[in-house]
Amino acid sequence: MTPSRKRSTENPAHDALARAGRALRLVLLIALAALFLIPFYLLLRNGLAAESDITAADWTFFPRELHWSNVRELFDDPDVPMAHALLNSTLIAVATTAGTLVLASLAGYGLARIPYRHANAVFYAILGTLMVPAAVTFVPSFVLVSSLGWVSTLRGLIVPTLFSAFACFVFRQYFLGFPRELEDAAQVDGLGYWRTYWRVVVPNSLPVFAAVGTIVFIGAWNAFLWPLVIGQDRDAWTVQVALSAFSTAQTVNLHELFVAAAVSIVPLLVVFLFLQRYIVAGVERSGIDD
Amino acid sequence: MPPAALRPLTSNTTRRQRNRTLWFWVFVGPFAVGLALFTYVPLGWSVFLSFFDAHNTVTPTDFTGFGNYRRILSDPEFRSSLTTFAVFTAIIVPATFALSLALALAVNRLRWAQAFFRSVFFLPTACSYVVAALVWKMSIFNGVRFGLANTVLGWFGAEPVAWLATTQPPWYWLVIGTVRLWLQTGFYMILFLAGLQRIPVRLYEAAALDGARPGWQTFRHITFPALRATSVAVALLLVINAFQAFDEFFNLLSDARGYPPYARPPLVYLYYTALGQGQDLGLGSAGAVVLALVIAVVTVVQARWSGLGRKEE
Repeated sequence: MTPSRKRSTENPAHDALARAGRALRLVLLIALAALFLIPFYLLLRNGLAAESDITAADWTFFPRELHWSNVRELFDDPDVPMAHALLNSTLIAVATTAGTLVLASLAGYGLARIPYRHANAVFYAILGTLMVPAAVTFVPSFVLVSSLGWVSTLRGLIVPTLFSAFACFVFRQYFLGFPRELEDAAQVDGLGYWRTYWRVVVPNSLPVFAAVGTIVFIGAWNAFLWPLVIGQDRDAWTVQVALSAFSTAQTVNLHELFVAAAVSIVPLLVVFLFLQRYIVAGVERSGIDD
Repeated sequence: MPPAALRPLTSNTTRRQRNRTLWFWVFVGPFAVGLALFTYVPLGWSVFLSFFDAHNTVTPTDFTGFGNYRRILSDPEFRSSLTTFAVFTAIIVPATFALSLALALAVNRLRWAQAFFRSVFFLPTACSYVVAALVWKMSIFNGVRFGLANTVLGWFGAEPVAWLATTQPPWYWLVIGTVRLWLQTGFYMILFLAGLQRIPVRLYEAAALDGARPGWQTFRHITFPALRATSVAVALLLVINAFQAFDEFFNLLSDARGYPPYARPPLVYLYYTALGQGQDLGLGSAGAVVLALVIAVVTVVQARWSGLGRKEE
């Protein structure tokens, strides 16, 4: 590398080139952003359009008329158990999130802070399950759940998914860096591990709970393979399974299908818009550094 | 005198140690037991089942030795599912890697609206594969004239394409690949952005002093090497996730008549083998064991090859 090359700021031609490059990059970025938003727009457009507007030979980007009555039609349709599926998905996502947070954070704290001779062995046994992707174990898990008689029950959909080695790992890493002085002060006050954890550690760690919680919630809401395998009866369908069954059915009513899909992503968009910084923090914590 | 003074102290420490062990298990126990029950037990059971003829039963009696393994390894459909995985990986891993890195670099250098662009590219992460597949199948790549892609083709006078049903050329890969690309790129962009923000500014200052021009040279010699750990992790995650692909394949390709004979990745194969007609749980379990071994080997080889664990500069 030769030193003392002219800096670009001292060269007007170079400067103009750099500015053109920046402008080009911005234009590309805006075009890509528009492309990324199109699928969301299509959900809304087709969900609120008349059937003939979706299948018209001269397809237009904007629908000719908006039909908000499509939403009512969806929930009135006795052939599509959308309301029940939304209820199932809500129960499953909330229970999975709450259960995972309690179980994984307790375990993470125990592993990080309570001295025990075999703590490392336990930790590696937990970490080892990350090597076997959950999706590969769906056949064995189905075998276990069906022998428990939990097929098509909420229990079967929730309980097996509560033990997330990933969440436990994130909590352990986080608690290893938790300021010890706070816990020491609590112990001087005579609090044991249990009360120290709930009164001092948890209230001071809410961001990490929000980060893991949002990621688990999104994952539970969007999960498909496990609910498809376990939720065989109509009564146990989640939103994703209902949408899938609906879209692979012989007769498809397109505007209803799209409005159902649009309704199904509303809870997530709300979570996303309000908690995005926690989700980003959670993604960044996914153990990349370690 | 000293031994007598020591005795209460020792018993005190052992009591405290026992106390700690108890608390350790109060905290870790429920999670560890659950994980063992719902991960290790099914795995063990599955290995057991794979040596039996287990049609529609989880307590088989008909021991067949390695019969299930021989059957699955000689099954052309199983082998073609591994080929499908290889093709899918070859498409989706480089595409996502390049796009998410490019977006991270571009967004990182923005002086305004950075949060806006980051949110827009990250937003698809909130969408499920089921919903995305539905939009792709029914709207964007609908094989009839009113699909968005065919509408655009129509502007140029081209004939509509039956995207998902065309195997020569395999247009279905375009549909399958773009679903995942759209959905997961934002996630990896966030990982790259976090990596970029950890690069110390002094590295760039030193490079500028050495005469490295901003742009390709700086990227090649400073940014990309500094992103090594992130790049390795992203590549690993991409491959593992491609291996587990099920949702978009199932929702794009299956219909009331069933699943077409092409583009069946391993999990789709497993789903139809183990849980379809006949419920051949022995064969399905053997498949699960083989696939678990395949993914373990792929992970280890990839980690070795990319030198995971080597310290970042």
